[in-house]
Amino acid sequence: MLLYALKRLVYVLPVAFGVSIVCFLLVHLAPGDPLTAIMPIDATAEQQAQMRAAYGFDKPLPVQYGIWLFKVLQGDLGASIASGRPVASEVGRAVGNSLILASLATLIGFGFGTFFGFVAGYFRGSVLDRLASVVSILGVSVPHYWLGMVMVIVFSALLGWLPSTGAGPGGSTAWRFDWEHLQYIILPAITMSAIPMGIIARTVRALVADILSQDFVQALRAKGMGEWAVFKHVVRNAAPTALAVMGLQLGYLLGGSILIETVFAWPGTGFLLNTAIFQRDLPLLQGTILVLALFFVALNLIVDVLQSSLDPRIQRG
Amino acid sequence: MSTTADTIVEASGLTVDFASGKGLIRAVSGVDLSLKPGETLALLGESGSGKSVSLRALMRLHPSSAKIGGSVRVDGRDVLAMSPRELSAYRGKTISMIFQDPGLAFDPVYRIGDQIAESVMRHERVSRSEARRRALELFERVRIPSPERRLDNYPHEMSGGMRQRAMIALALACRPKVLLADEPTTALDATVQIQVLLLLRELQREFGLAIVFVTHDIGVAVEIADRIAVMYAGRIVESGSCRDVIRNAAHPYTQGLLASRAHGTLAPDQRLRAIPGAPPDLAAPPPGCAFGPRCDSFAEACARAVPENVRVGVAHEARCLLAAAAMAPA
Repeated sequence: MLLYALKRLVYVLPVAFGVSIVCFLLVHLAPGDPLTAIMPIDATAEQQAQMRAAYGFDKPLPVQYGIWLFKVLQGDLGASIASGRPVASEVGRAVGNSLILASLATLIGFGFGTFFGFVAGYFRGSVLDRLASVVSILGVSVPHYWLGMVMVIVFSALLGWLPSTGAGPGGSTAWRFDWEHLQYIILPAITMSAIPMGIIARTVRALVADILSQDFVQALRAKGMGEWAVFKHVVRNAAPTALAVMGLQLGYLLGGSILIETVFAWPGTGFLLNTAIFQRDLPLLQGTILVLALFFVALNLIVDVLQSSLDPRIQRG
Repeated sequence: MSTTADTIVEASGLTVDFASGKGLIRAVSGVDLSLKPGETLALLGESGSGKSVSLRALMRLHPSSAKIGGSVRVDGRDVLAMSPRELSAYRGKTISMIFQDPGLAFDPVYRIGDQIAESVMRHERVSRSEARRRALELFERVRIPSPERRLDNYPHEMSGGMRQRAMIALALACRPKVLLADEPTTALDATVQIQVLLLLRELQREFGLAIVFVTHDIGVAVEIADRIAVMYAGRIVESGSCRDVIRNAAHPYTQGLLASRAHGTLAPDQRLRAIPGAPPDLAAPPPGCAFGPRCDSFAEACARAVPENVRVGVAHEARCLLAAAAMAPA
């Protein structure tokens, strides 16, 4: 098992290398010059060349990549062009905020999704099943930025129960788990949980329905196992696949939804990306994408290892 | 039929209805079965004849939408009157079942040994280690090589024959009195089939089991059974001792089944005789004898009513007007 985990870890290295190249090149594919955003309009060609040299934009791309990668490996993601602050600390803070939001959304989405999925799968064709299906289809198909705005209109503007935007007093840096801060996270977290809830509910429903129709469930009943014991077998069989889907969803959530974080002005990675894109802040953009992509890679690794430990049929070669 | 002290399985007038789009479908319509301890009955028939459905009715292993009628008594208890709790205590303890495909009948993500131990712990107040010990004993009993190591196998790590041996071990884990076998050799290679049959016969003698063995293969039925009941379209059309049914088949369907087998080698120009037509649609069965439309000796009277069961020999019965006519003068 440990050997398998180590092996998978080694496979991750080339993937991470590829990811770094893509991250680096991606922003160079985008049109527009990063310097125009920060240079005064009347700057001379000489001044522009000077600035370009200062940021290293005058060197050929492979060289730029080499320098960038060398620094990245030391934990230096460069400085933001717009703010001049180190990218690493900006991204770190944003990831922290996104993590808080994503964790709560995960809890809500996975919890309700699994519950609805099991209910629908167990009572297939019943009113409960149809109800759960309606909820999950709505979750997947309602545009979440729209849902976010409706939530703000209803719960903040009309009812005045919850604040509409921001991360509470102290802005992006002073998060604490008290009501004063938590009330800010409720609306974005619920909005964010809609999609994973729907996807997981549908996945789990299909899994449970499929497992219940298999011979071994009948065989379990034939040897006298009660419903609770059968349920445990169903959970154990559904776990590997459900986990894979959850891992993927968690990855999306960690990336922080640009739309949701923008609607709620939540200072996470999505919000940061949005800012970086509009300000053409190349180092910030590269750094954020790289960190998020590596998160995804790491998450997939964890899911792979977990999955193979839960399902003996997956080869651990 | 009355329950006598020495019958262990007694079903009479057994019916099973399934709800479907077309309304109720009667998969089993009036089946009588009776078994003594240590006796083997083969239910013989083709797919859809109701043999597996009848078998499952003996432990009420149908979806709750299925309706079971008639009466089923096993080991002196009324199975159809059992509460869910009584039913689950009865399954696996008094009566257990071997499934057609052992590759699908085990939970793929649990070790085989644990699945056997689970059953033991369900029915007897024993510790996990005691249950494991019992599983090992059973593995030795069904002659699985290197049993200790095999207990820790997952189902996909075993061959088909070995899985079926493990399935038998599981079924016998709590020393049941009745064993239901649903085509247990159909999914196996021919050479493994005979080994499993021999093992079953041996275990039956040792445990004094009553076995109901469902199969579509006459050869297998003859190999294992004391008595054979031939099913067609939800009814038993002929029943009797192995010898009687094979040598003196009274029902045209049984005769047809026997004729469609290859004896030894066939000459190149010789053809197997198949029964013409297909089994009836149970949602709209033909009037009278269900085999009528496929029968060479079909007469008008056959379509009038379902033929009564007539005795054609000692403990040998058939549902056929021809057989009745042949017996009438005597």
